[in-house]
Amino acid sequence: MITRTPRSRYDVVVVGAGPAGLAAALGAREAGAEHVLLVDREPEPGGILQQCIHTGFGLHTFEEELTGPEFAERFIDRLTERGADLLLGSFILDGAPREGAVQIVGRDVGAARVEYGSLVLAMGCRERTRGALRIPGTRPAGVYTAGLAQKMVNMMGVLPGRRVVILGSGDIGLIMARRLVLEGVEVLGVYEILPYSSGLNRNIAQCLNDFDIPLHLSTTVTRVGGRDRVEWVEVCPVDEALRPIAGARRERIACDTLLLSVGLIPENELSQRLGARLDLVTRGPVVDSTLMTSVDGVFACGNVLHVHDLVDWVADEAMRAGRFAAEHALGRPRPRDSVRVVPGQNVRYVVPHTISPDRDQEVLFRVARPVERATIVAVAVGEEREQPIVSKKIRYAFPAEMMRLSLSQADLDKIDAETLRIDVVERPPKKDPKPKGSRS
Amino acid sequence: MLYDAAIIGGGVIGCAIARELSRYAVRVVLIEKECEVGFGTSKSNSGIIHAGHHAPPETLKGQLVVEGNRAFPQLAEELGFGFKQVGEIVVARNADELPALEALKARGEAKGVPGLELWDRERLLREEPNLSPTVAGGLFAPTAGVINPYECCFGLIQNARMNGVELLVESPVLGIDRRDGFLSIKTPRQLLHARFVINAAGVHAAKIAAMVGLTDFTIQPRKGEEYMLDKRMKGVVRRIIFPVPAATTKGTLVIPTFDGTIMVGPTAEDVDEHDISTTDAGARSVFDFVRTLVPSLHPRDTIAEFAGLRAVSDSNDFIIGPTAVPGFINVAGIQSPGLTAAPAIGRYVRDILKDEGLTLVERDDFEPRVRPIPRFSALSMEEKRARIAADPASAHIVCRCEEVTESEVVEAIDQGARTLDGLKFRVRAGMGRCQGGFCTWRCMELLSERLGLPIEAITKRGGGSWLVIPRLDADPNEEASR
Repeated sequence: MITRTPRSRYDVVVVGAGPAGLAAALGAREAGAEHVLLVDREPEPGGILQQCIHTGFGLHTFEEELTGPEFAERFIDRLTERGADLLLGSFILDGAPREGAVQIVGRDVGAARVEYGSLVLAMGCRERTRGALRIPGTRPAGVYTAGLAQKMVNMMGVLPGRRVVILGSGDIGLIMARRLVLEGVEVLGVYEILPYSSGLNRNIAQCLNDFDIPLHLSTTVTRVGGRDRVEWVEVCPVDEALRPIAGARRERIACDTLLLSVGLIPENELSQRLGARLDLVTRGPVVDSTLMTSVDGVFACGNVLHVHDLVDWVADEAMRAGRFAAEHALGRPRPRDSVRVVPGQNVRYVVPHTISPDRDQEVLFRVARPVERATIVAVAVGEEREQPIVSKKIRYAFPAEMMRLSLSQADLDKIDAETLRIDVVERPPKKDPKPKGSRS
Repeated sequence: MLYDAAIIGGGVIGCAIARELSRYAVRVVLIEKECEVGFGTSKSNSGIIHAGHHAPPETLKGQLVVEGNRAFPQLAEELGFGFKQVGEIVVARNADELPALEALKARGEAKGVPGLELWDRERLLREEPNLSPTVAGGLFAPTAGVINPYECCFGLIQNARMNGVELLVESPVLGIDRRDGFLSIKTPRQLLHARFVINAAGVHAAKIAAMVGLTDFTIQPRKGEEYMLDKRMKGVVRRIIFPVPAATTKGTLVIPTFDGTIMVGPTAEDVDEHDISTTDAGARSVFDFVRTLVPSLHPRDTIAEFAGLRAVSDSNDFIIGPTAVPGFINVAGIQSPGLTAAPAIGRYVRDILKDEGLTLVERDDFEPRVRPIPRFSALSMEEKRARIAADPASAHIVCRCEEVTESEVVEAIDQGARTLDGLKFRVRAGMGRCQGGFCTWRCMELLSERLGLPIEAITKRGGGSWLVIPRLDADPNEEASR
């Protein structure tokens, strides 16, 4: 599968060989694309999964609990069987979507121009950094993103420090809290500015609670101290506007490391260079029902499109993107999107941005605030009236968890409007238990 | 061995003096306490090359700044660092401030600052449409420019070394002894003897002078906080925007940096010499102020912030000259416009040394040019292809955000980068949007390989700025006793 000399033209070229790229390549092959090229800058495929040595991957895809490298291996094996070219240590510098070509530089190819029928963007995301948070203080060594710390520990066999404070309760931060404790490092606490965790509940339970690592909600780091290396951080509770409470006690915690797990940002620099329009909320491309961006023949999937919670959903989405990319490359007819999908009450964003009434559709979204006892409602917004098309009751919804809503052909047939709005509406709390059989 | 001159302090001033002296057949050593040059005050400098009309002509800084400004185009060209003559505007925010502009213009013209123009409100807003609509007028100075100050330091020292100057890093001066006809400098690892000692120790200059018994001046560190804004603010102003100056500083500025991003600051606060922290109060004062000049600037666009210390002498002017101690020359109190004046200070110190009896014979093999590290990201696709064909390591992208190749990183290490910050400041690896999230490890590996050091010995910027430690593998004895 590994190639050093790519062809000059492929049906589908996939940028990034992480979970999204691998699944997209597989999806493209399964849908009939004969020549598929995967390009990755790392010396091996798998992307960030290679450093995720904890378990919890693949519960939905394989109904098994796998480690990150195992999950990647499954896809690499399936793809090897199907056959695709994998170009490693290589970097896509630029593209010319009008000519359907990308410019690649790399270890083995030097500089090469490759033409494509379809291009799939699967570059993943990067971590938010200290600069974006504006934490005052000094700028010593020892402030790392959780993902870099994970690479240090799991890939390089060294430790980022001895006494660690974690800012942000994103999943990587929670995973690293446990990982560092297992390595004998003192993890002094996880501080989250929001009143709820931004990581999955299962990670709170398995990574913090099981290891007695305290989680401090509505608290943030307000200052970093130390000239050469971190010596302390100052933490302070925040108010509802997330501002440090004036007069509240500011606690100084002696530590040598501050890990940041404060959010992920899709890596869309190439997408922008290609001219893809971005969604200001997801910071990923605007896509249609086939996951095609605003640039003809350029598709996007995985964390470059919007940040996912589980790799299973990344793979799922990417398989579809690969399939659509193959169909486009092979000149098969495309559905005509005629309905815009927009976020409504308590919904931060919805992907895709348009849908076609002609085929089943799954829309993915996240809520803005946690809610218990809620109903997801898809509302057709016409000029005259609004009509609920589908509603689905849910017990709870958290911003940390990606939500999914399936729209069947029958549901889609009911849409007599150009806009479909997704709301997550709270239901009133349960009153007295009702007699069996009655509808709630 | 006896050096002709030992320069204490590898900031831009020490480096400029070293480079100037390297034109002559003399033995020169530069002694720096940090692990690379430019790691103190210089790297936190705003990077402005002033036109020269701010400083009063009766001061030494006022005299050296205009000459320094004139030297920069050639200096940048020879040393291969970027210099953009973007121009500056002193903005009068109301009619009351307009007379100050006329006074500045007259002062500048008397000092020979070329091209000064008074702009009325309409002209000003046409040239800089994002200024506050309430501005009253401006004084435009076309010769002001911007550089990355650390690049200037690296270029100066590299050229000085090419021409024979020795550089000692991680060598804090512990003491200086007066001997017969020379001075002896003690560092933790060396004892160095020199006929002349040049004290260019910045905020530590008074401490160095005290080592030879000189206590005739003091240095007060004055902290300045700077805030770098997101690329999307690029172009909000095209020229450096100054307010009408206040008594202690030239005020808080809006600076289109050499790389095109917008930086706002600095603050001015007297502190002790260890305080290089940014503060909430500092951020507030900077943004509250600059928003009166450019209302669309907002603290939420901050992507990086840092602070540095100006070395302010009690005379509020440069202190440059021989002292009561034979052979000991002070180059102290170099606050703004020290960066601009640096090339002129180099020549000024050269003349002092000549007057003091140092024989300076120009070398005929002096090479004024440094070959800059070619920046891959700045090449066209054709040039990139050619580069890769000639040098396959150019196809290895180490820093994806700034598109920095392995050959650039390796060359930076070979030119003297010893730390992550050294790489960042030389080739921008780790300076982009992910702030080193992806390339830190590769940079550490390359430093480790090229310098022959274990990965644990690689630092952010020397001293105690360690990055990683070995795993805490259980001690076998401890295991057995459990």
